[in-house]
Amino acid sequence: MIDIKNLHKSFGEHEVLKGIDLHIDPQEVVVIIGPSGSGKSTLLRCMNLLEEPTSGTVVVDGIDLTAKADINKAREEIGMVFQRFNLFPHMTVLHNIMLAPVKVRHVPRAEAEATARALLERVGLSDKADAYPPQLSGGQQQRVAIARALAMKPKVMLFDEPTSALDPEMVNEVLDVMKGLANDGMTMAVVTHEMGFAREVGDRLLFVDEGRIIEQGVPQEVFENPQEDRTRLFLSKVL
Amino acid sequence: MNLNVDLMVNSFPLLVVGAGITIQITAISVGLGLIIGMFVGIARISQVKLLRALAAVYIDFLRGTPLLVQIFLIYFALPVVLGQRVDPFLAAITACGINSGAYIAEIFRAGIQAIDAGQMEAGRSLGMTWPQTMRHIIVPQAFKNIIPPLGNEFIALLKDSSLVSVIGFEELTRRGQLIIARTYGSLEIWICVAIIYLVMTLTISRLVAYLEKRLDTK
Repeated sequence: MIDIKNLHKSFGEHEVLKGIDLHIDPQEVVVIIGPSGSGKSTLLRCMNLLEEPTSGTVVVDGIDLTAKADINKAREEIGMVFQRFNLFPHMTVLHNIMLAPVKVRHVPRAEAEATARALLERVGLSDKADAYPPQLSGGQQQRVAIARALAMKPKVMLFDEPTSALDPEMVNEVLDVMKGLANDGMTMAVVTHEMGFAREVGDRLLFVDEGRIIEQGVPQEVFENPQEDRTRLFLSKVL
Repeated sequence: MNLNVDLMVNSFPLLVVGAGITIQITAISVGLGLIIGMFVGIARISQVKLLRALAAVYIDFLRGTPLLVQIFLIYFALPVVLGQRVDPFLAAITACGINSGAYIAEIFRAGIQAIDAGQMEAGRSLGMTWPQTMRHIIVPQAFKNIIPPLGNEFIALLKDSSLVSVIGFEELTRRGQLIIARTYGSLEIWICVAIIYLVMTLTISRLVAYLEKRLDTK
């Protein structure tokens, strides 16, 4: 589903990604962990070209994003959930979810609305359809953001620290929605600090540090028996 | 010093009609400026280098030369090129409109750049194009930001529109001049003219403050 080869990304002089190779299978849930500044968010943002790779190739669902592909077309298939939700504050929750399907996929309004309401029910927010995002709690906003991404019926979902901006008591409501998605077979790449989620839901755990994938494997095994010193050091701090 | 109050009272209705015309050309010019300003402001931050450069030239030229000179260019110089006279009203709104377009473009640019970058990223990550995201997400939010500075621009242009009196267009200032030519009542008439401008600008700034407050509570 996602195929990344020798990906490099520099911001000016500073090289953030130093050659990443990563293949993600359909329906696989890959959890990416690592210290802040390790490049894990940049790696995720290269998967829908919010960051343009300096070199290397990123192929998603058969489309090479790094060739002169129609990036908008490709992004229709790649949902993204941000740390800070980024809902559209001037639109109701319902319209937040309907906007892209109507404008981009040209779904008839009635159909888009039905889908939006179904998604709201799925994330447990049926009663908030007519609310504006600023009226919702962080956890509720993030669940709307997930519904908004799902409305495009993407083939892949990218999560960029989806619970990092939330109060602790709201983390689980978002993680539960994500677990549901994983169980339904969604292909997911998740940058997170939630080790419990990684262990429970992840098919594969990636430890990224200083722009490289240091170690990867089945989460349980990496957690219990890390092979690299840096992984061990990081895990000893967060577990 | 004797103030001829009768002259002030008698001239007032004529001046108020002039004030109406002043408001009219200001409103039309700001309307024109708003359309120009929106496109030039967006062009100023677009991803196309040529558009950015053209917008910069437009803004620099119109903000870097006096409005009075711009009025002369359109009313006196343009006819030389066109080979025909330009209607004073048309000249007035064209000059004021393209002038305020430059200022409003900068207002728009600032209003757009004040929107969190995450909004553009969210729009683009949903597969929307840059123009689509601008239109449905960024610009509607920017409008709210720009209402106060837009009100200031309206007030500034309302005052600056007195400059079109030089091409004989009969707005408030020109009417004042004409009455003075007839009555020699400089003191009385200029006091009246000043008061009418003041009432208009104060009213508008109150209106903008009210609008701003209402939008804020939404």
